[in-house]
Amino acid sequence: MKIANILLSAFRALQRNKLRSFLTMLGIIIGVAAVIAMLSIGQGAEYSVEQQISSLGTNVLIVLPGSQQTGGLRVGAGTMTTLTDDDAQALVRDCPAIALISPGTRAGGQVIAGNLNWATGIEGTGPDYLDIRKWSVEYGDFYTDQDVKAAAKVCVLGKTVADNLFPESSPVGQNIRIRNVPFRVLGVLTKKGQNAMGQDQDDVILAPYTTVTRRLTWYPYLRQILVSAVSPAAIPVAQQQITEELRMRHKIAPYDSDDFTIRNQADLATAATATTQILTILLASIASVSLLVGGIGIMNIMLVSVTERTREIGIRMSVGARGRDILTQFLIEALVLSLVGGIAGILSGVGGSLAISNFAKWPTIITAFSIILSFGFSIAIGVFFGFYPARKAALLNPIDALRYE
Amino acid sequence: MSADVTQESLSSNGHPLIQIEHLAKTYLLGEVEVHALRGVSLEIKRGEFVAIMGASGSGKSTVMNILGCLDKPTRGTYMLENIDVGKLSRDELARIRNQKIGFVFQGFNLLSRTSAIENVELPLLYGATTTKSRHEKAIHALEMVGLADRVHHFPNQLSGGQQQRVAIARALVNTPSIVLADEPTGNLDSRTSVEVMGIFQELNNKGITIIIVTHEPDIADFTKRQIVFRDGKIRADKVNLSPKIASAVLAELPVIEDEEEEA
Repeated sequence: MKIANILLSAFRALQRNKLRSFLTMLGIIIGVAAVIAMLSIGQGAEYSVEQQISSLGTNVLIVLPGSQQTGGLRVGAGTMTTLTDDDAQALVRDCPAIALISPGTRAGGQVIAGNLNWATGIEGTGPDYLDIRKWSVEYGDFYTDQDVKAAAKVCVLGKTVADNLFPESSPVGQNIRIRNVPFRVLGVLTKKGQNAMGQDQDDVILAPYTTVTRRLTWYPYLRQILVSAVSPAAIPVAQQQITEELRMRHKIAPYDSDDFTIRNQADLATAATATTQILTILLASIASVSLLVGGIGIMNIMLVSVTERTREIGIRMSVGARGRDILTQFLIEALVLSLVGGIAGILSGVGGSLAISNFAKWPTIITAFSIILSFGFSIAIGVFFGFYPARKAALLNPIDALRYE
Repeated sequence: MSADVTQESLSSNGHPLIQIEHLAKTYLLGEVEVHALRGVSLEIKRGEFVAIMGASGSGKSTVMNILGCLDKPTRGTYMLENIDVGKLSRDELARIRNQKIGFVFQGFNLLSRTSAIENVELPLLYGATTTKSRHEKAIHALEMVGLADRVHHFPNQLSGGQQQRVAIARALVNTPSIVLADEPTGNLDSRTSVEVMGIFQELNNKGITIIIVTHEPDIADFTKRQIVFRDGKIRADKVNLSPKIASAVLAELPVIEDEEEEA
């Protein structure tokens, strides 16, 4: 029997019982729609986390000094005094995969402006810091190479610091005192919000790292070097070049381990997205239960249909239908149910997630993957749950089927 | 397989169309064995018009189902065109039913909500036929039973006699070797019954082998050979030298029923 003929008779059989066919499909429709909507919510959450992490800068590497080792005791990354300004300059000079660098150090302390004060962190950076972190100055200026070389006592305030120290006036041009050292405020950074860990990224003061070293910390080594690779794809190359350069400069023997650590934003991103991926899987598996229930609905109706149409099966067999013709016919009917249900489910799932993002302002992302997945799943369900009733029909004895009342 | 079938059927012109030997059928109803057939031997030649008669429970329907390859005997052999049907698989039996046998049932057994022509086309769907020749064959078969003007009617728009004629067209559409009819007039009034028998007689005159099962002697009188079953055995097998002619009988019937049938 030709496929076209089978398809035609399957459609006819479903048309004869429109309401029942629709109700059967409803199970699949709801299942597929739920899977698509849940996946889109999960993937939307994943995406927004990724966005937040990439707000740190997508192609950024952080070089930290190695851990200090006294006897058997290792104190933790960043405690060793190995990274110097010269290392930083050498990296820019010798590593072609590096676009920009910003040597960094850090201080903390009480900051005073007029009669207000605020405790915050002071980041010593190079002039390229903003470019590496994809950050910008909202108003005022950032410090220049000149300021860094001269260790000028200038700084730029994070939004939170600016709001706390200068609630009513513009801080640009004003003086503040950091641990009793006067700094002139050049500008205010744009608001960046919380990072993936929930820290307020705007509660910070940026100043030339030379100034922070000489005026605040009196600690001549770098706490970190912020590096941006020429592209996200060049990150592994940059990492390799930095390793080679620093090992050479630090005269590390081939069998000794590095006295520095290179951290990669991608690692951080992976850790954070892993959480939201679990959320996505959880949501999708709950939704797929309803798809399964829909499949059982198909099986139920197909079983009823086989019983109800036993006589028809007998007639078909008496005029020469083989078992496999009957099997194909019922299997195709189940498939048509799940296919049409699947398509309707995709439409309502897509519509549902658009509605969610429109009205609930929840980020949703519909991927081709989630559509293909749920569609493929609904076809598989049609075949799986259609097979048993179809086989039951195909194995009927012609004479018993004909005599069935 | 199919090559063998054609060869054997070509060389079987000398053989009887149907040859059954010591056929027995035993059903198991719960723990009781029911002997529906207790050793039946029979030969039917090409072009015969046979009535199988008997009371209910005599085994006439069982023999019909076995002849139609719908059921298998418990013992004995059944040769159809010199093919031993007992040795065929389910699929091969389906092929035999499709190619060599046409069925007509008491209750018509048409697919409801399916037009006359689609019902007639049904056997062709399970063979290798193009859509176009399928339509032509179906229309031709409907013409043979005089229903050329009812091609697109649904069964519920047709009278009982017309429905049975659609069923006969369906049985004929694949030009089978035998037409088997199980109580074909059982659900019809007497005038329509005669009309249906008339169609069978016409077909038989064209050389088609027809076997009908009936318990009505009136109906059997239209056939050329009457085989009587009782208790699972053949009790009588006689040639009817002067069968009634349906057209002649129709002419003598009162006209009132004619209007009823047309209404």
